[in-house]
Amino acid sequence: MEIVKKGTYVQVHQIVLNVGERAANLPEETQKVPLEMWVKGYLNHDAKLGDEVEITTLTNRVVKGKLVEVNPCYKHDFGKFVPEILKIGQDLRRMLKDGE
Amino acid sequence: MARKNEIMKKAVGIDYSKFQTSTIAFDYEKMMRETGYTLQEVQEIQRSVGVGNTPLLELKNLTALVRKISPKGKGARIFLKDEACNPSGSFKDRRAAVSVYHAKKLGYKGVVAATSGNYGAAVASQAAMRNLDCIIVQECYDSRKVGQPEILEKQRKCECYGAEVVQLTVGPELFYTFLRILEETGYFNASLYSPYGIAGVETLGYEVAMQCREQIGKDPDVVVITHAGGGNVTGTARGLIKAGAVNTKVVGASVDLTGLHMASDKDFNRKSFTTGHTGFGIPFATWPDRSDVPRSAARPLRYLDRYVTIKQGEVFYITEALAQLEGLERGPAGNTSLTAAFYLAQEMDEDQIIVVQETEYTGAGKHHMAQLSFAKENGIEVKFGNPEDERAGTNIILPEHPSLIRARDVDLIKLKKSYIKNCIENYKVDEITEKDAEFLAEDTKLTLEEVKNILSEINVKVVK
Repeated sequence: MEIVKKGTYVQVHQIVLNVGERAANLPEETQKVPLEMWVKGYLNHDAKLGDEVEITTLTNRVVKGKLVEVNPCYKHDFGKFVPEILKIGQDLRRMLKDGE
Repeated sequence: MARKNEIMKKAVGIDYSKFQTSTIAFDYEKMMRETGYTLQEVQEIQRSVGVGNTPLLELKNLTALVRKISPKGKGARIFLKDEACNPSGSFKDRRAAVSVYHAKKLGYKGVVAATSGNYGAAVASQAAMRNLDCIIVQECYDSRKVGQPEILEKQRKCECYGAEVVQLTVGPELFYTFLRILEETGYFNASLYSPYGIAGVETLGYEVAMQCREQIGKDPDVVVITHAGGGNVTGTARGLIKAGAVNTKVVGASVDLTGLHMASDKDFNRKSFTTGHTGFGIPFATWPDRSDVPRSAARPLRYLDRYVTIKQGEVFYITEALAQLEGLERGPAGNTSLTAAFYLAQEMDEDQIIVVQETEYTGAGKHHMAQLSFAKENGIEVKFGNPEDERAGTNIILPEHPSLIRARDVDLIKLKKSYIKNCIENYKVDEITEKDAEFLAEDTKLTLEEVKNILSEINVKVVK
């Protein structure tokens, strides 16, 4: 596997609380899963994806975790087209123009 | 956790014990006075960073639409305070401006906030302006690492202002991580619920009153405020009072997410709203001190004249209506109060004024298209119909006709009783002092007599 160089901007993953360590008053489905955390920062040493690594964050905190992404990017968007939305505008404009 | 109070004292710079006057009672106004800033100081702080003084726009086409479906003579003029014009795109800049100013003044090197919403972006933006470090702690993903598109967008926005974003899966234990970061960094806790955070919103209510007087020549009859943690309601109402608009009715509005558990890994991505909903609105009204500071400065029951809920599908519908009829593309969450106003205006006379006090920015992830698409992907049925049939987590019903949009009243007396009961239970007392009872009356906008009646119903004695 490719080596990720020291100093690369990465994202790490950490389990904060394991199943069994979670707060008592949570719903069952949340009790059954760990509390997980993701943090981004600069890699402190060469490593491979999936390695336990150490990073330095933008505020100079040192955080440990599993290396999960290199140069993490944003993937959220406007989703798939929702045709219902188009109908709302057409209905309302017609109503205003024609007086319904 | 045992060190919680000590960490908090260091991280907010307030000794809350100073204001405690009895077991339950504390001097709220003294806390706001001594630790907050005057309205004028807040205005200056905000002006210096380009926050506030947002336009008040009349929504003429939406008003015309309201009048088409109202009885003759009904249909108040709807005005909108366009808070999306703030630097980071929401009214939260007002809260962040004061907190971050204060942090800088006290010499903190950075600020931390626990928020998945617009407040994170606001703190990050203000921290950038004042050259402070910033960490935002977000509840973001479910256990499949599927993130709410709205929250993912907020991560991007915080990072674009140079903030570090710590992302967590669902669960209230986020607070432990937040505390650990406060302790590790020694940064300022830019809590939404500190007096600074609330003082920051007072300018919003104040501006609404002043702009109405300038533009229309009178005070608004009703101001509708999206209600979640209580700060928006509290700050806006206090600002209206400071402007002397004492006859203006304050109405809170939340999206109805009844049936969805806020700490549920499964429900997390089955809701289309991450704030402004009943999952915050009700618990924060009935127990405001659940927040991340010992005594919350957000105390909505002191100010609410009426509290209504609306449905997810109705908000998406009105969000599209705002774009199509008024040429204003704004984020859906900020349109919660607009949706309520659309209904409330139908109950009011044509010469009356109803003001919606916020909008928020929109964009990828934080848009009704993204939210509806995400809902469909998560098995939620999206269809036209009667919003009364909407069940949060199962379907989203877009109103077949605008006349089907409703604001549904929440029984405020019930919430007030529940708050008083929570006080008794959480402070583990079976009798309280006269001072406590007076505080409860202030904190619930009830008379002392009414509070005493509620207390006797739950067998709690008031002693001297």
